[in-house]
Amino acid sequence: MIEDWRHGGFGLYIHWPFCAAKCPYCDFNSHVAGVIDQKRWQAAYLSEIERAARETKDRVLNTVFFGGGTPSLMDPELVAAIIDKIRASWPQANDPEITLEANPTSIDSGRFRAFSEAGINRISMGMQALNDDDLRRLGRMHSVAEGRRAFEIARTHFERVSFDLIYARQHQTPEAWQAELREALGMAIDHLSLYQLTIEPGTVFGARHDAGKLKGLPEDDSSADMYLITQEICEEFGFPAYEVSNHARPGAESRHNLIYWRYGDYVGIGPGAHGRLTLEGRRHATDTPKQPGAWLEQVETRGNGEASRAPLDDAEQAIEYLLFAMRLSEGLDMQRFNAISGTPLDPQRVAYLEEIGMITQEQGRIFATKSGRPVLNAILRELIP
Amino acid sequence: MRHGVQSLFPAPIFPCIRAPMTDLDRIRNFSIVAHIDHGKSTLADRLIQLTGTVAERDMKEQLLDAMDIERERGITIKANSVRIEYPAKDGKTYILNLIDTPGHVDFAYEVSRSMQAVEGSLLVVDASQGVEAQTLANVYQAIDADHEIVPVLNKIDLPAAEPDRVKEQIEDVIGIDASESVMISAKTGLGIPDVLEAIVHRLPAPKGERDAPLKAMLVDSWYDSYLGVVVLIRVMDGVIKKGDQIKMMKTGATYKLDRLAVLKPKMVDIAELGPGEIGVFTASIKQVRDTKVGDTITHEKRPCVTALPGFKPSIPVVFCGLFPVDANDFEALRDAIEKLQLNDASFSAEMETSAALGFGFRCGFLGLLHLEVVRDRLEREYDLDLITTAPSVVFKIHMKDGEVRELHNPADMPDLTYVDHIEEPRIKATILVPDEYLGDVLKLCQDRRGIQMDLTYAGSRAMVVYDLPLAEVVFDFYDRLKSVTKGYASFDYQITEYREDHLVKMSILVNDEPVDALSIMVHRDRAEARGRAMCEKLKDLIPRHMFKIPIQAAIGGRVIARETLSAMRKDVTAKCYGGDATRKKKLLEKQKAGKKKMRQFGKVEIPQSAFIAALKMDE
Repeated sequence: MIEDWRHGGFGLYIHWPFCAAKCPYCDFNSHVAGVIDQKRWQAAYLSEIERAARETKDRVLNTVFFGGGTPSLMDPELVAAIIDKIRASWPQANDPEITLEANPTSIDSGRFRAFSEAGINRISMGMQALNDDDLRRLGRMHSVAEGRRAFEIARTHFERVSFDLIYARQHQTPEAWQAELREALGMAIDHLSLYQLTIEPGTVFGARHDAGKLKGLPEDDSSADMYLITQEICEEFGFPAYEVSNHARPGAESRHNLIYWRYGDYVGIGPGAHGRLTLEGRRHATDTPKQPGAWLEQVETRGNGEASRAPLDDAEQAIEYLLFAMRLSEGLDMQRFNAISGTPLDPQRVAYLEEIGMITQEQGRIFATKSGRPVLNAILRELIP
Repeated sequence: MRHGVQSLFPAPIFPCIRAPMTDLDRIRNFSIVAHIDHGKSTLADRLIQLTGTVAERDMKEQLLDAMDIERERGITIKANSVRIEYPAKDGKTYILNLIDTPGHVDFAYEVSRSMQAVEGSLLVVDASQGVEAQTLANVYQAIDADHEIVPVLNKIDLPAAEPDRVKEQIEDVIGIDASESVMISAKTGLGIPDVLEAIVHRLPAPKGERDAPLKAMLVDSWYDSYLGVVVLIRVMDGVIKKGDQIKMMKTGATYKLDRLAVLKPKMVDIAELGPGEIGVFTASIKQVRDTKVGDTITHEKRPCVTALPGFKPSIPVVFCGLFPVDANDFEALRDAIEKLQLNDASFSAEMETSAALGFGFRCGFLGLLHLEVVRDRLEREYDLDLITTAPSVVFKIHMKDGEVRELHNPADMPDLTYVDHIEEPRIKATILVPDEYLGDVLKLCQDRRGIQMDLTYAGSRAMVVYDLPLAEVVFDFYDRLKSVTKGYASFDYQITEYREDHLVKMSILVNDEPVDALSIMVHRDRAEARGRAMCEKLKDLIPRHMFKIPIQAAIGGRVIARETLSAMRKDVTAKCYGGDATRKKKLLEKQKAGKKKMRQFGKVEIPQSAFIAALKMDE
């Protein structure tokens, strides 16, 4: 029997924790630092890659993803050194996907050629809005015009360029979003990530929201309408959703993110990076110190950047597979779920969710329907054993 | 109930009083009438303390209120008694028997029996607060029992005390002479000797024939885990001795007396009790329900001719369903109810099955306080989590064939085609309120189908008397009253009669299925407004589901109100990225645990709290 992770593949995530400025909505592990000794960081990343490779040698590496923070602020030499090290450490798939997240400012786009030469073959751009007022409100430092320029530069250097938009923003009407989305789909190549603005605790928006000062956020009903409109328009343009918030022309999906959602194995390197690693037949969850300085120091002094490594029992793995897989349009493979969990999903609850039109079963898979996807959490609450 | 006190003195060896029986004119039997917090328990403590009845080291506050709930709420639930020996200033030593009565209307019958067992009362009034509604009800009971009444003004040490105003109020409102009120501060002990002298010289001695056949009143009884059922009695005529073969005249049961004792307040064995005396006995009685308060006790061999008047068994008037939150706790609930019933015969329980709530019990209580006390005890002493359904009263259903059925649960309402008419219990409610809140109180009473019977003033306080349906009072009337009067009103009631009215059963349908636990009996003219209010409430109380849910109120097959709870539109995590599922997993698992606090009803989950909250009326 093959190990379960092979259904999803094997990827590597590199976390670059720094941003030029922190955005008010962002709850990712990002930090603003004055001077960054990129050489020192390089040594740490390379050491961690070496360590991870020792445990997973002979595995074919399918994808690499530079996330952040703002990885487009990394020196191209640093990116090149990391990619070289990766190539030397694992056998590569024929067509490895190596993505880097980028901000669409002129500073970042000035490095695109160098990133391409370093081995990056896919860019995921934080466009966020096609409206200057909203970009300012979201704390973004680029204008729409600058963003478009950066996008054009990127497509001259990379075959695959995706961008993110945030919607259901303050004072945004469904009509305005519809127009903006059509514009975005007009310029998109083959992939778009469309996230509804979520107010997270611990962010500037979270605090303003708690204080009642974040005005004009759409009501649930209105953001639900926007979600539905988004699905329709994207399908019309040939960009169906393959995940809750991700749209692509068939075949152009983010393969790295698919590894998460198909519950493959992934190594997480860098401050606050999470990993799932199957070692000696048991899947482990790993994480690392969130503070950049703490991670760096730990790698330097101990030669190991992990903060914890915990084996996951069958039930925990089954829940994780369920939570991830149900986000995908292709849904969950029930046979695979049974093999992980040892106990199938409650057939009564599955039948009930099917009866009320929230999920469908087809060829041994279950997936959320069009009406089910906007209330996926409610479906998951039913299905979690 | 008394085992709280018993456990203070667990030693099984009791001293024995061998002194000859006391002359009638050396006995004084009395009770204390007071409103909550006016100082009844503190005064009782002082009397016990000053006469050395309890050693200083054994003193603790509210000696006579043994239950935690009694101490916490400052109320007395069971009657209790203490025998005090008092060497008076005239050089003679008197036996003073205090019967501490439950002060609450729920226990009005028990109060009336206790009153019949003594000859006089101390009327304790807080000199800074004045007479309250509850005081009135109890003082009238004392007057009905032909008591000599000694007014006692407590808390005269407080700066806010207005003894003259309060004396005037006692004379105006109650109509007794207050000129010779005893002025005390139970807290500091000021005036306590005067109270003892007043008991001896102003209250009458009991009467009774020593040679007549035994006639004793069963005043109260309770279950003690060491001794079994303990019976509190007042001897009217004759003499009762340890080993006597006795007979309960109402139940016909006979017993042999194991032990005879007086309470000081711990049990002290005594050889015999004669006329005028108060004491307790045990006789291998298994359950409290075998002893009926007000019953007459006599000798089996030489019985008295007539029983004491006024016997009436206590009948539950308020019913509600008690269900375990966790269905697995049903057996534990059954055990707990059985144990509690050992000690509380007035609390009834029958198994009930609710489609919404599963297995539970339909329980009957003497009133709302009794309901709360029993529920608190079940939850606290037996560590149970309970769902309480809306309290309902007992309706009398007159069927067309002449049969009269008692309806304890609206869900059991028979088909209307066979029903001739329905009667409901009415109460006489007395409310005392500062006049600035009078309008709000009148509006509240009118809204609850009240008929005004009287309105008088005592100073700046109004006394309002209303004829109200008990059904309109059992739920949240008292809460509403407190809220509209900022807590300044006092309220008391007694059940007067059953009266016909246009009552209908209103059902609530959630997602087209009737939810039995939400059915209520309601006046026809108010059904629509009530139904609309309940549907609106439920719409807020039930969380959105993945589908839309109609919520309807119906009388028979006719829908009188309807709301629609729209389907949940959006509940999805936009970004689940970077491979960390831990946070999302924790969140969903927490939400999943929250679902367990709901009751599955068909496809709909209803939070437990909704079953009571849906009925609250915000006026």
